[in-house]
Amino acid sequence: MTDDIIEARDVVKHFPIRYELADRVLRKERQRVHAVDSVSLSVKVRETLGLVGESGSGKTTLGKVMLMLDRPTSGQIIFKGEDLTTVNDEGLRAKRKKMQIVFQNPNASLDPRQRIGDIIAEPLTVFREHGRSEIHEIVARISEAVGLPLDGMMRFPHEFSGGQRQRVAIARALVMNPEFIVLDEPTSALDSSIQAQILNLLRRLQDEFSLSYLFITHNVNVVKYMADRVAVMYCGKLVEIGETKEVLEHPMHPYTITLISSIPLPDPEEKLETKDLTGEIPSSVNPPTGCRFHPRCPYAQEICKTTEPPLREVSRGHWSACHFAESLGDLPGSGRS
Amino acid sequence: MATENADEPGRDSRSLIDFHELRITLRILGQSKITVLSLFIVIAFLAIALFVYVTGGHILPYPANFINTREILQPPSFAHLLGTDSLGRDILSRVLAGAPVDARVPIAVLSIALSLGMVSGTVAGYVGGVVEEVIMRVTDIFLAFPGIVLALVIVAALGPSVNNSIIALAPVWWPVYTRLARGQTLAIKSQPFIEASRAIGQRPRATLLRHIVPNILPVMLVYATLDFGNVILTFSVLSFLGVGAQPPLSEWGLMTYQSEQYLSTAAWAPVAPALAIFLVAISFSLFGDGLRDAFDPKIRGLFN
Amino acid sequence: MNGSDWLLNISDLTVEYKTGRGKITALSHLSLGVRRGEILAVVGESGCGKSTLGLSIINLLQKPPASIASGEILFNGTDILKLNEGRMAALRGTEISMIFQDPMSSLDPVYTVGQQLREAINTKEGRDDKKKPYVVSSPDLEYGAKARASRLMLPQLPGARRERRHGEDIIEALRAVNISDPEKVANKYPHELSGGIAQRVMIAQALVERPSLLIADEPTSALDVTIQAQVLKLIKKLRDEIGSSVIFITHDLAVAAQVADRVAVMYAAQLVELSGAGELFKRPLHPYSEALILSFPRRYKDQGRLDAISGDVPDLRAPPSGCRFHPRCKYAFDRCTAEMPHLVDVGSDHQVACFLREKP
Repeated sequence: MTDDIIEARDVVKHFPIRYELADRVLRKERQRVHAVDSVSLSVKVRETLGLVGESGSGKTTLGKVMLMLDRPTSGQIIFKGEDLTTVNDEGLRAKRKKMQIVFQNPNASLDPRQRIGDIIAEPLTVFREHGRSEIHEIVARISEAVGLPLDGMMRFPHEFSGGQRQRVAIARALVMNPEFIVLDEPTSALDSSIQAQILNLLRRLQDEFSLSYLFITHNVNVVKYMADRVAVMYCGKLVEIGETKEVLEHPMHPYTITLISSIPLPDPEEKLETKDLTGEIPSSVNPPTGCRFHPRCPYAQEICKTTEPPLREVSRGHWSACHFAESLGDLPGSGRS
Repeated sequence: MATENADEPGRDSRSLIDFHELRITLRILGQSKITVLSLFIVIAFLAIALFVYVTGGHILPYPANFINTREILQPPSFAHLLGTDSLGRDILSRVLAGAPVDARVPIAVLSIALSLGMVSGTVAGYVGGVVEEVIMRVTDIFLAFPGIVLALVIVAALGPSVNNSIIALAPVWWPVYTRLARGQTLAIKSQPFIEASRAIGQRPRATLLRHIVPNILPVMLVYATLDFGNVILTFSVLSFLGVGAQPPLSEWGLMTYQSEQYLSTAAWAPVAPALAIFLVAISFSLFGDGLRDAFDPKIRGLFN
Repeated sequence: MNGSDWLLNISDLTVEYKTGRGKITALSHLSLGVRRGEILAVVGESGCGKSTLGLSIINLLQKPPASIASGEILFNGTDILKLNEGRMAALRGTEISMIFQDPMSSLDPVYTVGQQLREAINTKEGRDDKKKPYVVSSPDLEYGAKARASRLMLPQLPGARRERRHGEDIIEALRAVNISDPEKVANKYPHELSGGIAQRVMIAQALVERPSLLIADEPTSALDVTIQAQVLKLIKKLRDEIGSSVIFITHDLAVAAQVADRVAVMYAAQLVELSGAGELFKRPLHPYSEALILSFPRRYKDQGRLDAISGDVPDLRAPPSGCRFHPRCKYAFDRCTAEMPHLVDVGSDHQVACFLREKP
């Protein structure tokens, strides 16, 4: 446990929905979006934990809550041994030096009116710990590390390509010398030829700067390449977690199995055999009872409708939240390498 | 080196001048003859106002208050290009002399309204909650009054004068900009770069000043430009009603009032100042339209 | 390239855009054919011109700033670039349909799903009535709005009872796209639908229109991967059951591999490779295609680095001289910087634009 850099314990995040006078008069119930429901996971030092899920899974919310950009409704975030939920706003600001985020959309995550050099330097100006020349030096060093041309510092974001803008966002996250970075779909908005560049860059930076990553994505192929361990979320719940190879080659949850079988590969011979997955991803406002996947699960039984399956260790380091995790392997079509 | 004049702790080299962007703005403005013409008039108006103010009226063909009872209500001639009014004063000189007043009032009013509006609007939009409710309800109360009525009430309480008119007109426009600033702030607030600012540890005040304000400022300025004419008109109405500029000041609204009775006999007397108001107001409005187009990202995209 | 098995024949198509900084050539001398009943994937990254291609075929480009500088598009033998708007509109929604990445912007928010499908069916049946041109699934709804007004289809008032019986044909169409509650969905407004269902509604509309040619512009890019898999199946179903040809525009190689019979690879406004799907992924001949396929992540973290393509997609305002890919190409030699390669045949149904592959 001591090699965890950050841990989420029973984190719950609900968002209230507007409850107006008319609703009260009509005696409607107050509704909430159950974005994250009691999720516990941890990221070890120098590791990449992949967080995979589709829309409504809560993965982005969890990422932001782990950085305390949004306070959890309940639960704890332990960062380097300290419970961040007990820290006040001022104290949290100081912690920001060590935990950063890179957003999905490089076009919107940079202030269009700020010059590149200023964007990268801004974190350094917040805490006033560095003199001007020191700031210059740090910005130059980090820019070089992420592959940005030094003569671009006076330009504005719109003059750069998407890939370069994402490099700027990464540089901004690095200037304070953080230990933990949340990467929220960092390559989803980029062209495929650029994606590979950025992924390689992120891996190189991880080695060079001893970083821990929480890599949030919906793309299983990317998470395969980037993550040491992977966690799968569905409708606000953690359904499976374990080492990447183990989870992807021996999935122990029906949702993971379905997810993996839906991933297309650039190989026309490997056609998808979608397990005729019916239905839509459920709403997080009124999630299904029992196991949230049961309405779409091809293996669902009675117990799945009533009792929520706990997350349990089904083999060493491999956890799954399914009543029938062990017996899934016997069913045809499960697992895919 | 990486950044030149940037990044003393707390300071930042962001400038509003990006020459490439400026060139695009000018090109878009140049697309429409009407925009160019109105810009010309706007600049001419402001230049005249400044010039007359600085030279203290000595540059005028005739002193603005030079009463000449032998030349009452003369039609336009070479001696008096716009004729004379009921006291024999040269109308052209008076129109020119009126420029500084009719420039100073809108500038002052809009400056006050913009600053107050931006402060209250951005705070309301960014902080939200009770603060936002309070600010917006107060704003609503002000907005509930028709502009002129509100201004009249205030100026009546303070006493008629140009400066008091400025004080009276500011609260008419301030709520409009509060609303606008709040709306713009809400729109920008959800953008990732604002969240990024929080993520690096910026305090809310810094985020507001460094990120929100510079991004909403262009829109606010466009609206202020569009409103310039409205302020002149409202102030002219106040003068027309006798509570704005006081005689013998050469203010266009006042001049129109004083010469109104001669509309059928010596039309040049009321028409000249009224036309001046009209020309300036509409030029600002048309130029504001052009400016709004120039700032529209979609149109800018075509010129990039 | 003759014979009746070619539904669409594009020859030497060049499309230009006027911008503040001069002209951009969005499509450069493109020649391409689509057979009846085949799914052709057009693959490329941002700016390569694939969306422009789709819009050109169905003639929905914004005419300024875009303009068609040269070329012809033969649809069933007729050059549709030369058709006037009225006759082109008659083709849309009946012979040629298009679905877009964001289904929400293609659906009118004030009409229910059932009403819009009814309209599609009515238009298809009344297509001979030239007085009512109709544009389907277009983000630019001018013609559609006029058509609707002329048919007196009224939006339902908010709060009005929505129990409406829809025709069997509409229910069938929705069922055909695997919508499990067709009666309920038919009564929903677009904003009440999820992305996946909305896109399936668009496909249902396409099914109803029974077009000869469906142009799908990134139809699954905004969808979750489990939903995407279902939608891809449906598009294939469209082809199987109706015999439509499909031009499937995507940036995602893997998606292309799943649905395509043939693949056209585009780079910087040009077609660089054209071949059968199996052939392309096994033996990509153009360095760009090869690099794209190699840079697709499929290894685990401990299995070595990904082969990334260096550099950036070129700025079309100032494209590189000669072959546009040469600055990023690991095989580039002198000729590549000086001359522009053209598409040449290199085997059965395989064409490449690369000097490396040209027989001397």
